[in-house]
Amino acid sequence: MTNAPTEAIDVARQQPYPGAPDNWKRFFTFSTDHKVIGIQYIVTAFVFFLIGGLLSMIMRGELVTPEANLVDRTIYNALFTMHGSIMLFLWTFPVLVGISNYLVPLMIGARDMAFPRLNAVSFWLIPVVGILMLASFLVPGGPSQSGWWAYPPVSLQNPTGNLINGQVLWILAIAISGVSSIMGGVNFVTTIFRMRAPGMTWFRTPAFVWSVLAAQLIQLYGLPALTAGAVMLLLDLTVGTSFFAPERGGNPVLYQHFFWFYSHPAVYVMVLPVFGIFSEVFPVYARKPLFGYRVVAVSSVLITVVSATVWVHHMFASGTPGWMRMLFMFTTMLVAVPTGVKVFAWVATIWGGKLRLNTAMLFAMGGLVNFVFAGITGVMLGSVPIDIHVNNTYFVVAHFHYVIYGAIVFGIYAGLYHWFPKMTGRMYYEGLGKVHFALTLAGTWLCFLPMHFSGLMGMPRRVSSYDPEFALWNVLASLGGFLLGMSTLPFILNMVSSWIQGEKAPNNPWKAIGLEWLTTSPPPVENFEEIPTVISPPYGYGRNEPLIENQSEAVPADGVTT
Amino acid sequence: MRTINIRAVLTISLFVAFLTIASFWVAGQAPSWLPPQASAESKLYDELFSILSGIGTFILLGITLVLLYAVLFQRAAKYDDGDGPSIEGNTAIEIIWTLVPLGLVIWIATYSYQIYDTMAIRGPVELVHLHNPIEMKSALAVPLDEVKPQLPTEEIDVTAKQWAWVFRYPENVTSTELHLPVDHRIRLALHSDDVLHGFYVPAFRLKQDVIPNKTIDFEFTPIRIGKYRLRDSLYSGTYFAANQADVVVESAEDYDRWLANAAKQTPTPAFNPASAEYNRASEKTLVRGWKSVPPAPPPVVNFAPKQEPSSPPA
Repeated sequence: MTNAPTEAIDVARQQPYPGAPDNWKRFFTFSTDHKVIGIQYIVTAFVFFLIGGLLSMIMRGELVTPEANLVDRTIYNALFTMHGSIMLFLWTFPVLVGISNYLVPLMIGARDMAFPRLNAVSFWLIPVVGILMLASFLVPGGPSQSGWWAYPPVSLQNPTGNLINGQVLWILAIAISGVSSIMGGVNFVTTIFRMRAPGMTWFRTPAFVWSVLAAQLIQLYGLPALTAGAVMLLLDLTVGTSFFAPERGGNPVLYQHFFWFYSHPAVYVMVLPVFGIFSEVFPVYARKPLFGYRVVAVSSVLITVVSATVWVHHMFASGTPGWMRMLFMFTTMLVAVPTGVKVFAWVATIWGGKLRLNTAMLFAMGGLVNFVFAGITGVMLGSVPIDIHVNNTYFVVAHFHYVIYGAIVFGIYAGLYHWFPKMTGRMYYEGLGKVHFALTLAGTWLCFLPMHFSGLMGMPRRVSSYDPEFALWNVLASLGGFLLGMSTLPFILNMVSSWIQGEKAPNNPWKAIGLEWLTTSPPPVENFEEIPTVISPPYGYGRNEPLIENQSEAVPADGVTT
Repeated sequence: MRTINIRAVLTISLFVAFLTIASFWVAGQAPSWLPPQASAESKLYDELFSILSGIGTFILLGITLVLLYAVLFQRAAKYDDGDGPSIEGNTAIEIIWTLVPLGLVIWIATYSYQIYDTMAIRGPVELVHLHNPIEMKSALAVPLDEVKPQLPTEEIDVTAKQWAWVFRYPENVTSTELHLPVDHRIRLALHSDDVLHGFYVPAFRLKQDVIPNKTIDFEFTPIRIGKYRLRDSLYSGTYFAANQADVVVESAEDYDRWLANAAKQTPTPAFNPASAEYNRASEKTLVRGWKSVPPAPPPVVNFAPKQEPSSPPA
């Protein structure tokens, strides 16, 4: 086999690559390299994670005491609206798209995404979304105060009377974010279908890639509904149409269908890649193949299908007919089956292995336990009678944050630590990583566990003041919230200092199996000198078999192997 | 081989026994996390919640302890960088752990359905009256009342607005406090003057969104005398958190006395936390917060408390 040097490809494409891999300036360019775009996504999203977290800490400050006394109620309402919107649309979605962007082409043995320019456009819309969201703090009347659901009629009330108001900016931001995500979805689905390396059949494709595919399919079928709903809301708000405005004959409940038809599956858009990260991380640090890999892979797609039919469980109290309540109760609970299968498969993967408790493994295991907890409260919420008492209370806030923080953010951290050497070519500091894990775990449970109890007692969500009976649980939650804020400091310190002056990383520091570990750390612009031919399933731990043709060692630690 | 199997069976049995005891303990604790049982529906609710908490404890504790065991006893030795056993799956086990959760969720869904049915919070659609008569004609085909009305039903009109609750009794008696006779079937007709609201009394375990342009009938039976809190459960704008009212459940005699007494009083404006706070905010010279939708004027009602809701904790 001849090694085609990357420069030759450069010449063939007649297209200069924006900056060498060691040039930091490339992160501030319209780069079409999926690895640059991946890191652009991750770092940008993390900045918004800090902003969203700061907003939530002000909220937790307000909720230390029962009275509304720290900020005005309008400010509090804007805070929870922007906290939710920023955390979802500017942190969780983009950071996972970033991780997927970085990893998918490397994992499937491709040189880039299918549509590199589209990929760059998708990313550069994210700062636009961010600027619109943050700019809404500066317009008269302040940002949207209708919650991240933006339910009409509250979202249609415009006390300032201005055409440019926080709600309009919010809708524009969501619509642009939707466009960015749809473009990303097209790109991922095409890449995964068309660009897998020779020999990489579906059942040789890593579980992470399966889960990204499953997640991005949801974007393709779900986002059009949300975007349509957002456009109708915008028309109601600006030109006075009457889709949702009750005083003009509209139906506000219709909006809820548009919204949840996408926004419930959206949770799976976020959690599926994290399932993928779990499926990659556990085998590496347990030194065992992913248990029941094929079932785990296929259950991602099953989740995609079932998640399309559960959205009405958000509307059990919205005047939903009895038969719908029963139908959607059943479909909602059905999601527990493919997710349960995954959970058991992960536990079986870990069981009997030779565990290495690196930071990535700790975060993944913590995330797994948190996810099981979230799944249990999720089934409870799916039960109509239970839901009727606890929906719109802090019980839902607690459940949701166990999913989004306990499982998803833990999974994101696990992924960032695990692939940090690959992305940066440097090792991170394990000690700081473990401090980060301990603080995050303690903060998560202290912040979100008490919310279950205040919710069961009947504390509604989104309240800027509450009755004294809920005070204890709220003080605990606030302490946990502040701890979570602090927990990001060792992470930032670790990432920044390791990237600048960490120990140089070998190609495969974890002795992991996977195409991304067969190239250099960080990978060259074209990822692989030569496109590998895959000859084995992806999790051959303990079998000492090569993954690709002409591989010198089964599990190479360093050195170029293709 | 045989001795190992016996040890494994014993260990697993002990583990399951421990999980079962722990689950029963949590299931026993679960009702104490909930408000007092002030409606007939709440007893059924607490039973279901208790069972689900028990099942949940079994699963969460089981998985956590297995992982904890692995963390403690299955770590690689310091210089061992070898792999674990190359086990890729086990079809029998995988079939079991697919079918067991499937059976479990079917059972939970069926049981939840039975509880729901017994609660007889009749599906609101049967009872949603739209001002627009074109829609929902089919609703009339549903048999209206399967609940045997053993006790007289009390019908009360509820209006939610930004940010007040107004209750209208037969013969036009109005109040901002909801008085209910104990052990009577209550039928509320819920209306909203502006945005979505949620009628939520935690002690009754009942919640129903209130939707503008619709009248939603809503039924339940209070069974415990006392003072409880009604909260707006669906975010309704600036003073959402302050949109609360007292619910007084009293004996039929006390209720009749209260109703007769209220009927004699001339309507006066009730105390309204939202408008009081709004007026205070606009008196301030320093700009705090952003412009809010102005609250509706304080409701003018026969029975008009002059202070904030004072129901005791939960």
